[in-house]
Amino acid sequence: MEKSVVFNNKLLPYLLLVPQLIITFVFFYWPASQAVWQSFQREDAFGLNTEFVGLENYQALLVQPEYYKAMLTTLVFSSLVAALSLSIALLFATQADKNLKAAGAYKTLMIWPYAVAPAVAGVLWIFMFHPSLGTLARPLRWMNFDWNPLLNGNHAMILVVMAAVWKQISYNFLFFLAGLQSIPKSVLEAGAIDGAGPMRRFWTIVFPLLSPTTFFLLVVNVVYVFFDTFGIIDAVTGGGPAGATTTMVYKVFADGRLGGDLGGSAAQSVVLMVIVIALTAVQFKYVERKVQY
Amino acid sequence: MALRQLGAAAAVTVALALATPAYAVTEIQWWHAMTGGNNDIVNKLAEDFNASQSDYKVVPTFKGSYPDTMNAGIAAFRAGTAPHIIQVFEVGTATMMSATGAIKPVYQLMKDAGEPFDPKNYLPAITGYYSTSKGDMLSFPFNSSSMVMWINKDELKKAGVAEIPKTWPEVFDAAKKLKAAGHATCGFSNAWATWAHIEQFSAWHNVPIGSKANGLDGFDTVLEFNSPLHVKHLQNLIDLQKDKTYDYAGRANASENRFASGECAIFLTSSGYYATAKSTAKFDFTSAPMPYYPDAKGAPQNSIIGGASLWVMGGKKSEEYKGVAKFFTFLSDTDRQAKLHQESGYLPITKAAYEKTVKDGFYDKNPTLQTPLKELTNKEPTANSRGLRFGNMVQMRDLWAEEIEGALAGKKTAQEALDAAVARGNAMLRTFEKTAK
Repeated sequence: MEKSVVFNNKLLPYLLLVPQLIITFVFFYWPASQAVWQSFQREDAFGLNTEFVGLENYQALLVQPEYYKAMLTTLVFSSLVAALSLSIALLFATQADKNLKAAGAYKTLMIWPYAVAPAVAGVLWIFMFHPSLGTLARPLRWMNFDWNPLLNGNHAMILVVMAAVWKQISYNFLFFLAGLQSIPKSVLEAGAIDGAGPMRRFWTIVFPLLSPTTFFLLVVNVVYVFFDTFGIIDAVTGGGPAGATTTMVYKVFADGRLGGDLGGSAAQSVVLMVIVIALTAVQFKYVERKVQY
Repeated sequence: MALRQLGAAAAVTVALALATPAYAVTEIQWWHAMTGGNNDIVNKLAEDFNASQSDYKVVPTFKGSYPDTMNAGIAAFRAGTAPHIIQVFEVGTATMMSATGAIKPVYQLMKDAGEPFDPKNYLPAITGYYSTSKGDMLSFPFNSSSMVMWINKDELKKAGVAEIPKTWPEVFDAAKKLKAAGHATCGFSNAWATWAHIEQFSAWHNVPIGSKANGLDGFDTVLEFNSPLHVKHLQNLIDLQKDKTYDYAGRANASENRFASGECAIFLTSSGYYATAKSTAKFDFTSAPMPYYPDAKGAPQNSIIGGASLWVMGGKKSEEYKGVAKFFTFLSDTDRQAKLHQESGYLPITKAAYEKTVKDGFYDKNPTLQTPLKELTNKEPTANSRGLRFGNMVQMRDLWAEEIEGALAGKKTAQEALDAAVARGNAMLRTFEKTAK
């Protein structure tokens, strides 16, 4: 006879949920609601005068041409970082999945950059690419290439994209590698016996079977570029030159922390939150359909 | 962390008070942003003060860059754990001033504590920056500097520039000669882009940055630095940037070693760069006053200061305030000020310390250190050159720099860039005016 354990206590399931609910509430709902509340207020940096101003912060935000520019910059920055870090990480993961000699060392080295704090990563890249001090910028200048991220917006964008991609590859690599290792060898062997070459096997077997991982990473990477990259931008370009690398999250940081405009900054973070929620919803509704679990 | 430290400090204080009431030591927390050699100077000052008496103990804590330190102080105030003394850079002055209740004005502090204090003993070019229009000193000047032009004498000689340039046209000529003589990537440059080309430039030419005496007389100030003179200067820089006769070096001072490395032989930056230049530059260098346009009426006027002052936070015990007041008296001591000036390169804050340094013949051997003082006292300050006080100045500098960068990259004309900088800055000032009631 099969033994089944039944918990009769009706409270138990809720008790088991409580820790997770508390965490979600304390670290997500509570700060998010604070941001929404703050976005309706005008307050000085010290919190001495607080005034309810309704939608005034949002009105002030939506008439700023710089805000729309920041949206566009965010679009360029996030698509570049997500696309590059995902594809490069996938390439590395497929290579690491082969039978390599020093696979362990190789994998460890690949994961290291993830342990580097964003601001530190930014400083590392500045050391390499500062126009007059950078170790790698000098050869560029010798080759008569006018590398100048201090004034050229495209150069500055390339620099922050490289730094942000470099930092995110590790994370993506780890998940891709795990995904690749869970693909049954028998399927690949069957493909090989049927005469499919490595490229064909990759696109018709590996890539579709990897799609749950890819989808998960896509969502995580979009969140990463939207929220976690301001440390890199702050260290590398400070949002410049001429606002060329001011993304939406950097503007939240700059207006709130450097400018002491907490209400305006909160309004921006609410807008940003809405955009990311919408993006994630779209991803789940449309992209997830193509995922094969 | 800060809370725990304070808690521990309080516990120790209480324990001491209970055990040996006669030797109770009052701790004074001092947050600062000084790095390198200047950090040592801060620690030494606290040590000396602590050794000089037994009632108070000043505890200095390094809090990061100037903006970091200021933000840490503001956050601590909101959490109720503010330090007693916090070092705030000059552009944070308006923000601190407007925070009535969060700060304890220095003149009030000295009066309440019964410490001898006469604001007339301090150099007006410095204290004017930190005083109300009535002359009440709100914060205590600590490290002050001004902007000077650093000159690589060896390279100028090699390029055939006989005399150190005095005016902007002379600087442009010298830069062209330097470029022809092999300085392909940099004829001249500067750190602190907006401090050089907007703030100091305006004061030095006696033209307003903004109305109401650059904001000193009220928060309803309006920016005005899109005048023909400003436009002409920015246009010159735009033209010279094209072939790197002038080469933009960023908003802050990360590129200062383009001077010490020999790349840029003419470089405008803070006089506080002295200690670094002395230890890193392997050539004959000196400092000269900032250049001016000879056709501008009244130029050169006088320069304004940079650096930082010490603010006293509000809501502390009167016993603690007494200790802070005693510490400020200790800092104002003539010998101590003179020594501080000669070691760090920052300006002396009292008249007596300046006169002593002159009398000791220090400047005969180190003329470099006198340049900023000569600039500051060049003429009696006018409404355009007394100082400046704009709310949100920390972020506003970034905004102005954005527009200058746009112009130098060829995306905007000089007029368009300065008009935009003024318009965007004014919008920011109006927001600040509304919150700072």
